[in-house]
Amino acid sequence: MQKISVLLFLTWVCFLFYAGIALFTSGFLLTRLELTNHSTCQEPPGPGSPPWGSQEEPRACWMASRFSRVVLVLIDALRFDFAQPQRSHVPGEPLVSLPFLGKLGTLQRILETQPHHARLYRSQVDPPTTTMQRLKALTTGSLPTFIDAGSNFASHAIMEDNLIKQLTSAGKRVVFMGDDTWKDLFPGAFSQAFFFPSFNVRDLHTVDNGILEHLYPTMDGGEWDVLIAHFLGVDHCGHKHGPHHPEMAKKLSQMDQVIQGLVDRVENDTLLVVAGDHGMTMNGDHGGDSELEEPEVIPQVSLVPTLALLLGLPIPFGNIGEVMAELFSGGENSQPHSSALAQATALHLNAQQVSRFLHTYSAAAQDLKDKELHQLQNLFSKASADYQWLLQSPQQAEATQQTVIAELQQFLRGARTMCIESWARFSLVRMVGGAAILAAACFLCLLASQWATSPGFPFCPLLLIPVAGGLGGAVVYVGLVATIGLRLDLVLLGAVAAMCSLLTFLWKARAAWGSRKPLATLLPLPGSVRLFLLIRLAAFFSDSFVVADARATPFLLDSFILLLVAQLHWEGQLLSPKLLTVPRLGSSSSTGLPRYSGAYALRLGVGLLLCTRLAGLFHRCPEETPACHSSPWLSPLASMVDGRAKNLWYGACVVALLALLAAVRLWLHRYGNLKSPEPPMLFVRWGLPLMALGTAAYWALASGADEIPPRLRALVAGASVVLPRAVAGLAVSGLMLLLWKPVTVLVKAGTGAPRTRTVLTPFSGPPTTQADLDYVVPQIYRHMQEEFRGRLERTKSQGPLTVAAYQLGSVYSAAMVTALTLLAFPLLLLHAERISLVFLLLFLQSFLLLHLLAAGIPITTLGPFTVPWQAVSAWALMATQTFYSTGHQPVFPAIHWHAAFVGFPDGHGSSTWLPALLVGANTFASHLLFAVGCPLLLLWPFLCESQGLQKRQQPPGNEAEARIRPEEQEQPLMEMRLRDAPHHFNAALLQLGLKYLFVLGVQILACALAASILRRHLMVWKVFAPKFIFEALGFIVSSVGLLQGITLVMRVDGAVSSWFKQLVLAQQR
Amino acid sequence: MKDTDIKKLLYAHLLCIFSIILSVLIPPLFLENFSILETHLTWLCICSGVVTAVNLVLYLVVKPNTSSKRSSLSHKVTRVLKCCIYFLMSCFIFHVIFVLYGAPLIELVLETFLFAVILSTFTTVPCLCLLGPRLKAWLRVFSRNGVTSIWENSLQITTISSLVGAWLGAFPIPLDWERPWQVWPISCTLGATFGYVAGLLISPLWIYWNRKQLSYKNN
Repeated sequence: MQKISVLLFLTWVCFLFYAGIALFTSGFLLTRLELTNHSTCQEPPGPGSPPWGSQEEPRACWMASRFSRVVLVLIDALRFDFAQPQRSHVPGEPLVSLPFLGKLGTLQRILETQPHHARLYRSQVDPPTTTMQRLKALTTGSLPTFIDAGSNFASHAIMEDNLIKQLTSAGKRVVFMGDDTWKDLFPGAFSQAFFFPSFNVRDLHTVDNGILEHLYPTMDGGEWDVLIAHFLGVDHCGHKHGPHHPEMAKKLSQMDQVIQGLVDRVENDTLLVVAGDHGMTMNGDHGGDSELEEPEVIPQVSLVPTLALLLGLPIPFGNIGEVMAELFSGGENSQPHSSALAQATALHLNAQQVSRFLHTYSAAAQDLKDKELHQLQNLFSKASADYQWLLQSPQQAEATQQTVIAELQQFLRGARTMCIESWARFSLVRMVGGAAILAAACFLCLLASQWATSPGFPFCPLLLIPVAGGLGGAVVYVGLVATIGLRLDLVLLGAVAAMCSLLTFLWKARAAWGSRKPLATLLPLPGSVRLFLLIRLAAFFSDSFVVADARATPFLLDSFILLLVAQLHWEGQLLSPKLLTVPRLGSSSSTGLPRYSGAYALRLGVGLLLCTRLAGLFHRCPEETPACHSSPWLSPLASMVDGRAKNLWYGACVVALLALLAAVRLWLHRYGNLKSPEPPMLFVRWGLPLMALGTAAYWALASGADEIPPRLRALVAGASVVLPRAVAGLAVSGLMLLLWKPVTVLVKAGTGAPRTRTVLTPFSGPPTTQADLDYVVPQIYRHMQEEFRGRLERTKSQGPLTVAAYQLGSVYSAAMVTALTLLAFPLLLLHAERISLVFLLLFLQSFLLLHLLAAGIPITTLGPFTVPWQAVSAWALMATQTFYSTGHQPVFPAIHWHAAFVGFPDGHGSSTWLPALLVGANTFASHLLFAVGCPLLLLWPFLCESQGLQKRQQPPGNEAEARIRPEEQEQPLMEMRLRDAPHHFNAALLQLGLKYLFVLGVQILACALAASILRRHLMVWKVFAPKFIFEALGFIVSSVGLLQGITLVMRVDGAVSSWFKQLVLAQQR
Repeated sequence: MKDTDIKKLLYAHLLCIFSIILSVLIPPLFLENFSILETHLTWLCICSGVVTAVNLVLYLVVKPNTSSKRSSLSHKVTRVLKCCIYFLMSCFIFHVIFVLYGAPLIELVLETFLFAVILSTFTTVPCLCLLGPRLKAWLRVFSRNGVTSIWENSLQITTISSLVGAWLGAFPIPLDWERPWQVWPISCTLGATFGYVAGLLISPLWIYWNRKQLSYKNN
């Protein structure tokens, strides 16, 4: 009962945090208001009819069309330097030879031979740089907002005015071929369409070959006015191999042939546009807003108004791009005067349209700043007046024309800047409310964690009253909403419930506890923890520190570890007391045991530092730091060109895998649990090696997929589907086994040899203090224990029938370690091969940290058990550090999308939850592992008890012997101490959970505050908002993992109880 | 007795601070283009040398520890040699710790090492002067209730404040202010220097204010 109430209490606290996060998010991540207005031919954007009206030319709309047909070739991730003409900087120097340079020779040839018929621009892309966002921008000319980034793979039709809509309403036949994202964006808009699946980034050729099959026949057929071809091969090649792979050269050469073929076929009235939708980072992932790819030239959205006016269409209503004026200057033999006039006309139309949009938008929404809007309006009126004057007296000097053009451009640029700055509409009330709930929940964690271990913690009433309060609040809210007739908002409902239950809890807590003790004694964070938490939280408020978090976290972790070691030394726990009490002792008597243990803690600290540093080698750079180089070891082995290095790395990865396996088995062997005949241990003995084998085989297939002979291809494809699923299935079945029979002990019933003095290890020394008289449950238990013991004595005296049970002392942590290993293997499979080294380091690191922490915790024989704050915060810090060292960064372009294809090489069809699950598991693997492993913090000091005993009794070299005959010594109680005081055990688990939730919750609170305070910061969408989202998701994953971990411990506890009962029954018979 | 000791301590510390100030002010008279930021390594060498020299002089003049019974020449020589080895060892250990903390392994080795040297100068050299090359005495001084004189107490304070200063010096490195002193390891060396100076200033004052509570086992 108490166990369930502990779990429910933690769940309720998690719910409070979720409600706060949801409320804050709903206020912070609002989308831009999408206007559904459309531009039409009949309705010019402003007064002042264009010089050539619709009467003169029937096909012209706002402006006469210059081209009747367009071929738009979109090459996904076409970076500028892919297309750049290759010239060496110094004449004598040979060209730099990289696989992606100088492969698009056709562009260069055309630029040189027909300078008046070709232009090359470098375009600048606004974040977010996912393909769907870019397509939206490329057709509407607007700024897709941040929240859309999440819907990249479940895109919806574009509701705003866009080029495709304008084209179809002008009666043009639009033919599309390529990426099937367009199908969702523009359902039914194409007269003819050939869609190919886009999600499988490992497939370089399906989309491109599909396009090529239809491209030339369609062009020659003539049944089109606008032809759009969206090639994906270059992008997928970047994702799979990176830009430096020879495959990239092949792909780009293929694209070059395509362009050449199109150039040969286009006629004089046809415009050919070759564009990339976003860039590519040096790793081959999307990027677009980092320095590497697009130094400022023209904004990408400029293509929209330019294409619209060149084709004689109205500019889409919501466009904020600026026409490329140069393209309106007429042919090579047009006069400078008339060309400038044409440019001014195009710009003026564009400015009128933007002005109309701003006017409509500001009437519908209030997020644009009035002052800036007013300034822009003034600018526009002046430019417009000048333009009218220019029209009326056409023989103006060229200088005047240039001023008008400059004014118009200034207006357009100003409007665009304003939109970029202010396109995020925040709901301050919700943000403040969310932050308040988060803060209150953190406070509650702090309060309750202190309270939980004190005697007389009222579990049930404390749970029931707030839940009742929350439900009451929710019902009142629903009633209120129903009577007023508003729409029910689930987020608000949750927030109201959380608020009510929080208030009732605090009221209850005040009544029960607060009156007796001052508040200050309730908030006992130790100084070092407070300092480190403060530093960590303050770092969330600086964009530089958020960007540098991957380096700052190991720094803090290292400092924390050294501080722990120094504190241990300072408190005198590492040195012999002789050295401290008698100063200036001679050097002869110092080779005692405590010196050894002092060096032991120091060794642990240095080992931790070394592991942290090594893990830091697998570091991925955020895009904002161009000087930083990401680790080359993060890429999958398949992208390596050098075969020998690949084999070596593969060997290293397999060795890491085996080392992980061996370490876990050795640990279990060390505590003896491996000998147990229970099914989980059988699984560890046989299932785990099988999983490792499957993983290694899968890596071999994945890394060598390009080299296999064709006849084996089908087999390999099948195997790469089956193997990961088999490993995951094995892991799940292992976890099921563990849940079914979590007690891994070895029971020996048989002849009572004289050696086995300790019969039933946990009963070797029942504590007989008076302190536990207050508790009924332990008393009953102890009574039973005494009785049992007496009976055993009797049986022993009667005959040789005894029962010996080993490994009870590590029964909880054996289950935890097994569960963690079983979890780690499928997570490992989702990462690139070389991350397995980091996973090995992760296990090593947490092992060392647990030992170090245990060195500072005295073993309490009888509760209350506590886990110090230092331990919890170091654990949380390490989880964050591992997040970074597994090659993650809290930004969207850094997500490892390829994880979605592990076990599903052909993609997932239409389902989105499975890939989301896989990618999420990859991203938050470290959060999950550390959260599940959190109860180890409580268990480990008890484990180390045996170690200390053995160390003291045996010389260090003789450990093997010590392990062989442990039964000759008096066995330490170890984790059975926890079992001896079940009330304290449950309280300690609750406290541990609350402390961990507090440390995580404070971080999410700091992120929320940073995001809300700095919401007008330049970096808010690039740094703070992604950081907040990642922290929030990480918190959710961590809290779920924590609940799972605690549930597992409780399950083991329950199983141990029933196991005892069975034993008693067996003895009675 | 105590007050004169504290006064002595204060003067010794003021001399140390003065020497650091001199290490900034004097070299420009002899060296062209000298500035702390641009010719940082030169300054590091000079500062380290000056502080070491002043510490040695102070040790010889003040002699806070006169417990050395054997004073044969060979004993003295081994003692000096041991001190040198200890100093070098501490430089290497600091270097390793910096690398473990995230300093670049291959690039900027000289810079990192000189940082280790200057930090050793601020921490190890006073320890060597005061306590001699005996690790146990060091471990005793840096533990709770381990100090036995005001000199050791001030040693504790200056050493810890130098280390904390160096640690705090790492904080501005990730900021995007683009200042010349944000380059590794300039901010850290400056932090260590400021920490050392602060420790030198604070320790006499702290001892003076707490002189009633302080009681040393040897006194």
